[in-house]
Amino acid sequence: MLLKTLAELPGVSGDEKRVREAIKKEVQPYVDELKTDCMGNLIVNKRPRKGKKRSPKVMLAAHMDEVGLIINGIEKSGHLRFLKVGDIDNRVLISKPVIIGVENIPGVIGVKAVHLQKPDERKKTLKTNQLYIDIGAKGKEEAEKMVSLGDYAAFDTKVKEMGERCLCGKAFDNRAGCAVLVELLKRELPVELCAVFTVQEEIGSRGAITAAYTLDPDLALIIETTSAADFPETKGIKPVTNLGDGPALTLMDQSFISDGKILAALRAAAEDNEIKYQYRRFTSGATDAGNISLSKEGIPAGVVSIPCRYLHSPASVIKLDDFYATIGLSEAFLHKVSEMGGLNR
Amino acid sequence: MKTLLQKLVEESGPPGAEEKIRDIVKAEVKDYVDEIFEDALGNLICVRKGEGKKIMLAAHMDEVALMVTHIDEQGFLRFTKVGGVLPHLLVGERVIFSSGVIGTINHEKIKELKELDFSKLYIDIGASSKKEAENKVAVGDTCVYYRQFTDLGRRILAKSLDDRAGCAVMISALQKLKDDRINELYFVFTVQEEVGLRGAKTSAYRLDPDFGIAVDVTRTGDTPEAPTMAVSLGKGPAIKVKDSSVLAHPQVRDLMIEIAEKYKIPYQLEVLERGGTDAGAIHLTKEGIPSGALSIPCRYIHTPSEMIDYEDLQSAVNLLEKILTARWP
Repeated sequence: MLLKTLAELPGVSGDEKRVREAIKKEVQPYVDELKTDCMGNLIVNKRPRKGKKRSPKVMLAAHMDEVGLIINGIEKSGHLRFLKVGDIDNRVLISKPVIIGVENIPGVIGVKAVHLQKPDERKKTLKTNQLYIDIGAKGKEEAEKMVSLGDYAAFDTKVKEMGERCLCGKAFDNRAGCAVLVELLKRELPVELCAVFTVQEEIGSRGAITAAYTLDPDLALIIETTSAADFPETKGIKPVTNLGDGPALTLMDQSFISDGKILAALRAAAEDNEIKYQYRRFTSGATDAGNISLSKEGIPAGVVSIPCRYLHSPASVIKLDDFYATIGLSEAFLHKVSEMGGLNR
Repeated sequence: MKTLLQKLVEESGPPGAEEKIRDIVKAEVKDYVDEIFEDALGNLICVRKGEGKKIMLAAHMDEVALMVTHIDEQGFLRFTKVGGVLPHLLVGERVIFSSGVIGTINHEKIKELKELDFSKLYIDIGASSKKEAENKVAVGDTCVYYRQFTDLGRRILAKSLDDRAGCAVMISALQKLKDDRINELYFVFTVQEEVGLRGAKTSAYRLDPDFGIAVDVTRTGDTPEAPTMAVSLGKGPAIKVKDSSVLAHPQVRDLMIEIAEKYKIPYQLEVLERGGTDAGAIHLTKEGIPSGALSIPCRYIHTPSEMIDYEDLQSAVNLLEKILTARWP
């Protein structure tokens, strides 16, 4: 399964090459043009096969990068110091296996065993500069043969199937979105597709800025993942999204207010095709939609997200039904856009 | 001008849903401009052709608002803010949705005022069940303060003077312009300023003007124990020197000062420590656009009761009209 392959590849912000190559190989036979821009965005073009005179140019975007670590020091002892790339809770770092650099050197984020900790140490969250990666090296010299400063480290998690059609793995944010885009590129759709697999979303949605500038599309749809928070302790007020309740539509977040017409078209596409959907009941966070919608003279944009539990951790959970429904909703939306002849104000 | 201002402040224009304001502005300006259109984000761009420099003016149509995030079983609405709103100002406040539905805001049980945050607040629209509430309001709907325009004589009290006062100044200045076509003028009524100067960014890109001027409100320092700021109500419109989004371009700032001096229009200089305006987005567009701002002093910004001085407002119109008909360098 492509989603599994993509989720297992390391691709921390700025180091998306392996993800890009895998996607390139997968979509090549189905598309008209393929290029990588200087930031590293993969931009794929596919025109409608059946001769439509003028079809709207639709930008689809999903980011390839994931949160991770970058090596910024090697200690005499051979332990590696690191910085976080993107937003990660320090409490999820401890004792996690990682893979480092292009050679996939295995390592583990070490911490003093519980027996050796003083009582107050047990209560505190460790800071990043108190943590290190152990790669089993005897000393600095040996470590330097395996790892260089600036190498990236990604969580080392294999995808597992779980329970009722659930998957557990790292980086579903946003390889799940990438997999949706790949699937859409394999289908025959009535609009001109400019699919962009963006870079550096996790550190400020940077790839999206240049990609949207290059493409200047008529409209944009961003495929993302968003927090599902349907845990036992959430009472009364509904959580951000629920796993299994279908793709989540964004109304607003920190970077973006959804375009009214796109939102209406998404809703209509879901209802016409009986696709279950939900709203993202949360207005913090940001996606590529912010920068894309403000590119040049402004681009109407919408966001569809796959609910995902435990985002930005080595073990996140999605439900396959949500994933497939997101493909279905995006496809239905593109047909709707074509029927309407675009979404001009 | 008071009638125009009243019309503007009593209508609602949450960020992303400014259409009602857009319609009012459109009707007011259509006979005075050569071209009028909306862009992809909803900015209303009104062009008055001319010979000289291309000057973009921006006043934002949107106001701070609340957005429904959840409707509970009893029919109470939970919400989030759209733009800078403080939770303690909301208790007991009434709000109105674009459909006309009205509600009041109150809070769950708290021990101390400092516990009050958005998660403790809800809107009651008088519905007795979720179903009844859902017939009136949907998740994603936005509402604004439900307040009337109050004329206090020299001073005016209303919601959303930020930035309908700026819209009114721009409209009135446009209507005063004579037939001379000294400069090419773009009157832009922007969207989504309150959530990050978004409309100004895309409209400035499209127009690529020689100069930019935002017309917005600014804070004052003339209330009891207010944080220090050398701007007061009634001492004239303020010419911006800086805020956190822009350092006014000296050329623009000095020209504005020179014109105010020449025509003996009262003015103040504005150094705003926190807060931004559309000029912040305009001046960083493309290769950079020299920009400044004309500000209307305003107390209690973002509350249901903002206050301005009517003479400041009239002076702002006079000053703007002179600025637009000056020969720019």
